[in-house]
Amino acid sequence: MKNPIAGGAGSAARVEVALPHSGAVRRRAFERLLENERLLAFALLTPTVVLLGAFIAYPFVMGVWFSLSDISVGQPAHFVGLKNFVKAWNDSIFRTAFWNTTVYTFWATIFKLALGMWLAIILNRHFRGKRLVRASMLLPFIIPTVLSTFAWRWMFDPTFSVLNWTLYKMGVIVTKLPFLSNGDWALWCAIAVNTWRGMPFFAITLLAGLQTINTDLHEAASLDGANGWKRFWHVTWPLLKPVTVVVVVFSIIQTFSDFQLIYVLTGGGPANSTHLLATYAYQIGVATGLLGEGAAISLFMLPVLFLVVWAQLRYLRKLEGA
Amino acid sequence: MVIERRWKKWVFFYIPLTVFVVGTLFPFYWMTVTAIRPDAELYRSWRAVNNAPFWTLHPTFEHFRDLLAKTTFPRWLLNTFYIAVASTAISLLCGLLAGYALARLRFPMAGALGTSIFVTYLVPPTLLFIPLADIIRDFQLGNTPWALILTYPTFLIPFCTWLLMGYFKTIPKELEECARIDGATRVGAMTRIIFPIAVPGILSAGIFAFTLSWNEFIYALIFLSSPERKTVPVGVVSELIRGDIYFWGQLMAGALLGSIPVALVYSFFVEYYVTGLTGSVKG
Repeated sequence: MKNPIAGGAGSAARVEVALPHSGAVRRRAFERLLENERLLAFALLTPTVVLLGAFIAYPFVMGVWFSLSDISVGQPAHFVGLKNFVKAWNDSIFRTAFWNTTVYTFWATIFKLALGMWLAIILNRHFRGKRLVRASMLLPFIIPTVLSTFAWRWMFDPTFSVLNWTLYKMGVIVTKLPFLSNGDWALWCAIAVNTWRGMPFFAITLLAGLQTINTDLHEAASLDGANGWKRFWHVTWPLLKPVTVVVVVFSIIQTFSDFQLIYVLTGGGPANSTHLLATYAYQIGVATGLLGEGAAISLFMLPVLFLVVWAQLRYLRKLEGA
Repeated sequence: MVIERRWKKWVFFYIPLTVFVVGTLFPFYWMTVTAIRPDAELYRSWRAVNNAPFWTLHPTFEHFRDLLAKTTFPRWLLNTFYIAVASTAISLLCGLLAGYALARLRFPMAGALGTSIFVTYLVPPTLLFIPLADIIRDFQLGNTPWALILTYPTFLIPFCTWLLMGYFKTIPKELEECARIDGATRVGAMTRIIFPIAVPGILSAGIFAFTLSWNEFIYALIFLSSPERKTVPVGVVSELIRGDIYFWGQLMAGALLGSIPVALVYSFFVEYYVTGLTGSVKG
């Protein structure tokens, strides 16, 4: 392949060729090859494409094949069509898991957005110790979820719960609350923990968005007689909308595909009432060994994820176009 | 300036801020208190008369001692650390090269490739773990650190690429052009002019990637089986609970020690981390 070489670089290369070191010559030749924009792009992108191809694209194709087969641990695969999907859909635990995932994602995202926005507005003010408070607010997001969820599980413990103790001492309750021993309570506890963990992410990203808003706008609005709520609704919110959309999309994907929080907090119990799609797929696919059925259950996430990603790409395109 | 009354400042600022701070940090306080309480105080019914759960007068380090001496916890810390470092290094290298190519070079399919990397960024690990476990077995990587070092980049590279691509776009093209006029090759201009300028971006991406790999759970849970090869999150879940019995003192000590390294890294590089975090969602 003949490479068109940029003038400056070419003359430099010719000077180098005069040197006696053959290693240097070879390296120069290699660099000259990389002067071609396409070849260079190819070389730079290969590691990424190979890794993502081997560990995302290939497993994805395999996953689709698994879901259409009756493969299980140690057993060869036979094509069975959509049987796994039909079986999952007729399974009451699967339906509970699907419904739980939807409820969990919906409410956790709403709470994270509302509280995160509130916290961002509070942190956007000037006060003593602002940097320290801001930094410490991100801790729930930094600390490994599994480890902090253990602290929550201990706080929700049926016999030793500190929350029960506090409410009891305050005279709010007489008998203990069934935090994780009742299915409905347990799901709401998981929503609360997820909100606690993800809210800082909303707060800090929205805060970064708030800091780009010119304070003159707020002053002008308040001179025109707008109160705090109106200023938020007509000045802050429209300007924050692009970053909010992206943060919400990220959060929906993370929450919808969540695994570790439920795995540690309830393990799907009591009586399979708090499974999410991911934990149920794990139970069927890994714990029971029915790989085909497990793969089908986790693929049920795909339409929702696809819809969300598609909506976001469209929104980003629209913003770029505007 | 918007003028406000005193009571308003309390109602709309001090009180909510206090509630947020206490609510956010209480679980960590609770973790610490539990870790240093003797067992005799730990297991008192929530309605017991002499129960004072918020503090202890007899702090003890027995849980930490047991954890470090009787379990393979130190080993898990080491495993988590080098797996996180290695996968972060691989992801940064790939992200740097790919980000540069996507930001600066013209080649066919650039747009499609950029979009598909962005889409893989949004593919959650829980969608792929079942077939991936099979593939890891086929590649003979099961129960080795390589299973994680090679799979963590799948969610780190797209993020690093995205972040660094954004960073490269903010560096003026003229810098490179000047270097090229002075006789530098493309590769030379990239490695000697652009990469050094991008160090803050690399640091942000690196810190963020490190915390993400420290946090990862499901791949580590499935791909590793020997107790001494596990990472901290998986080890704590699977080895510190014997049968159905939870040793809460030890568990909380483990949670605390497992959180400290990542919290330390974070505290030294807060600004970079926040840049990485906010950059991760910017188009």
